[in-house]
Amino acid sequence: MTVQGWLLIAAFVGILLALTKPMGLWLHALYEGRRTPLHAVFGPVERGFYRLSGIDPEEDQSWRRYAVHMLIFNAALILLTYVLLRAQALLPLNPLGYGAVSENLAFNTAISFGANTNWQSYGGESTMSNLSQMLALTIHNFLSAATGIALAFALFRGFARRSATGIGNFWADMTRVTLYLLLPLSIVLTLFYIASGVPQTLAASVDVSTLEGVKQTLALGPVASQEAIKMLGTNGGGFFNANSAHPFENPTALTDLVQMLSIFAIGVGLTYTFGKAVGNTRQGWAILAAMMALFLAGTAVTYWQEAAGNPVLHHLGIAGGNMEGKEVRFGIAASSLFSVVTTAASCGAVNAMHDSFTALGGMIPLFNMQLGEVVIGGVGAGIYGFLLFAILAVFVAGLMVGRTPEYVGKKIESREVKLAVLAIAVLPLTILGMSAVASVLPAGLAGPLNKGPHGFSEILYAFTSAVANNGSAFAGLSANTPFYNGMLGVAMWIGRFFIIIPMLAVAGSLAAKKYTPETAGSFPTTGPLWTGLLIGIVLIVGGLTFLPSLALGPIADHLAMIRGQLF
Amino acid sequence: MNNDILSSLRPAFVMTGLFAALLGLGYPLAMTGVGQLLFPRQANGSLVTENGKVVGSTVVGQAFTSERYFQTRPSAAGKGYDGLASSGSNLGPTSQVLHDRVKEQVATMQAAEPGKPIPADLVTTSGSGLDPDITPEAAAYQADRVARVRGLDPAAVRRLVDQSVERPLLGFIGEPHVNVFELNRRLDGIGAKQTP
Repeated sequence: MTVQGWLLIAAFVGILLALTKPMGLWLHALYEGRRTPLHAVFGPVERGFYRLSGIDPEEDQSWRRYAVHMLIFNAALILLTYVLLRAQALLPLNPLGYGAVSENLAFNTAISFGANTNWQSYGGESTMSNLSQMLALTIHNFLSAATGIALAFALFRGFARRSATGIGNFWADMTRVTLYLLLPLSIVLTLFYIASGVPQTLAASVDVSTLEGVKQTLALGPVASQEAIKMLGTNGGGFFNANSAHPFENPTALTDLVQMLSIFAIGVGLTYTFGKAVGNTRQGWAILAAMMALFLAGTAVTYWQEAAGNPVLHHLGIAGGNMEGKEVRFGIAASSLFSVVTTAASCGAVNAMHDSFTALGGMIPLFNMQLGEVVIGGVGAGIYGFLLFAILAVFVAGLMVGRTPEYVGKKIESREVKLAVLAIAVLPLTILGMSAVASVLPAGLAGPLNKGPHGFSEILYAFTSAVANNGSAFAGLSANTPFYNGMLGVAMWIGRFFIIIPMLAVAGSLAAKKYTPETAGSFPTTGPLWTGLLIGIVLIVGGLTFLPSLALGPIADHLAMIRGQLF
Repeated sequence: MNNDILSSLRPAFVMTGLFAALLGLGYPLAMTGVGQLLFPRQANGSLVTENGKVVGSTVVGQAFTSERYFQTRPSAAGKGYDGLASSGSNLGPTSQVLHDRVKEQVATMQAAEPGKPIPADLVTTSGSGLDPDITPEAAAYQADRVARVRGLDPAAVRRLVDQSVERPLLGFIGEPHVNVFELNRRLDGIGAKQTP
């Protein structure tokens, strides 16, 4: 570990904390439906969209209607992507003449992008036409992110409203977030990326005759426009197979830093928006403090392990940190930081190959996802996931003192706790259940590239990534098979929507409640005691379930690594 | 419930069409237009042309295997630096394959130049398989060999390496690195001057 490495991490956290309030205030304006300066530009677009599709943005929807409209809209988007991918060969903007995407891969990819996962069973530059990249995939990067933020808004309203029947309007939330936040920021980021060396062209490739006189064909395309929203919307689906490790996606250390900041920017802002919505910004900061503590602990472990390097290679006379799967321009520090950021959020972009990390260095990304990606988390999904843990935390605190728990002015009763547990239980049930199935069936065992415990880690990582809607991989796993495309497609769908529905039910149930003012007997949910309790609940409820699986995978791998045992 | 579903159909399908047009076509195509206008070099891949031929990109790495050139890192992209198949090796820390690959390469390098400590990046594959850079140590490691094969003054080659090192922004954003393609082009430049 180096001083420069820690300076980078400190600068990253410092910039994020500085971004939290302005981003949170902007989001709060969208949450309340207030006019922003950008309405002058996109206001007519917003109104035109509502008029053409017959939407009344003022309609206050019950949680059921909110959920149904969100689901049907997402189904329509997923259908569009499936059709476009299947028909790829017949459509324009396909200069390399790629054929139709297979049924099982199109199914997997459509759900993957629709569920904000962006798991990629394919190599972008060798499978997708430019039209598919733009129309079938980029559109999800915006709208799955906007859906996540809209859902977070709905839950905020559940806490903030009193004796209300509705939790807002899905169409208005989703459209406003897209037009006044995601699109304008993406335009700015796209221009920055192009200026830094990310291609943006309709040409698909260029032939190079290298200095040694060999022919090299470089894949090109409209990369920058996809890159911008891929990070900002915590989607993570790369234009190229190597994702943000590819020099065309992430050419410099500065673009790398901007990409990491983009992943967290909206997530940290939403903690502030939550505090503002419930009338006490300290509630938001308390949540952010718990998230940051978990984030820094993970970063420290991964950075320490990667900098310490692989004893197997040290034995061969190669000193220093673990550079297998890492790019020189990023080095150990920025690669470690990126891996923790991308899995703490539900991004899943990678600037280094997690499969080649040291055993414990690679365990942290895995563990981050198993916690449910609530450490900052995906846009919207992070905060609503974390608030479900907060409900459990006040419940536990209430049990200890023997009174009905309250959180930000709402009584938390049996219904909310049951729904929160239901949502939280989806992760271990699906991840561990599906990993177990894949670990015994021949079709599952055919997947891993690496042998021994690391092979099991590849399977576990895949299902964790899918259910948690992350999309990063221990990419040695050969996942483009009917078995894995099918299983992971279902896993992603469950991981997204089986959490959303109970969460919206909590929102509806909370919105209907009266306001319960804080009394001397209320458990304070702003101080360090609360932050500590939150961290404990996230680790115990979210993490402990997975410990046995981690012992079989990364921990066994680590013990083998220090003994020099190879597979 | 039925009412909720029926009322959602028109907005769901019309909004899908509208957003597809705006975000899937309008946004990337407009960005392509603006990018081509403002930053035509970068938007097309930062290509370098010599005598009318495209010889490489300053952003993406290419394979250098000859002893006359500073060599790039091992690559897992296709058969090496395949611009249509970016990939890492994905070999885990306890992989026998990784161990054997590194062991073999270390043996070859030590046979050529015994006793010289080998920088890690020269025997590990990158994340993309298209890494354009090597560390300053990896460039310094190769300087004497390049000078010997080309018949150049070793001090001049080492100076060239020093001049080619790109430092981190503000001292901590990124790592010191050397772009191999650009270093080798400069190398061809001084070679041309010295050869009569």
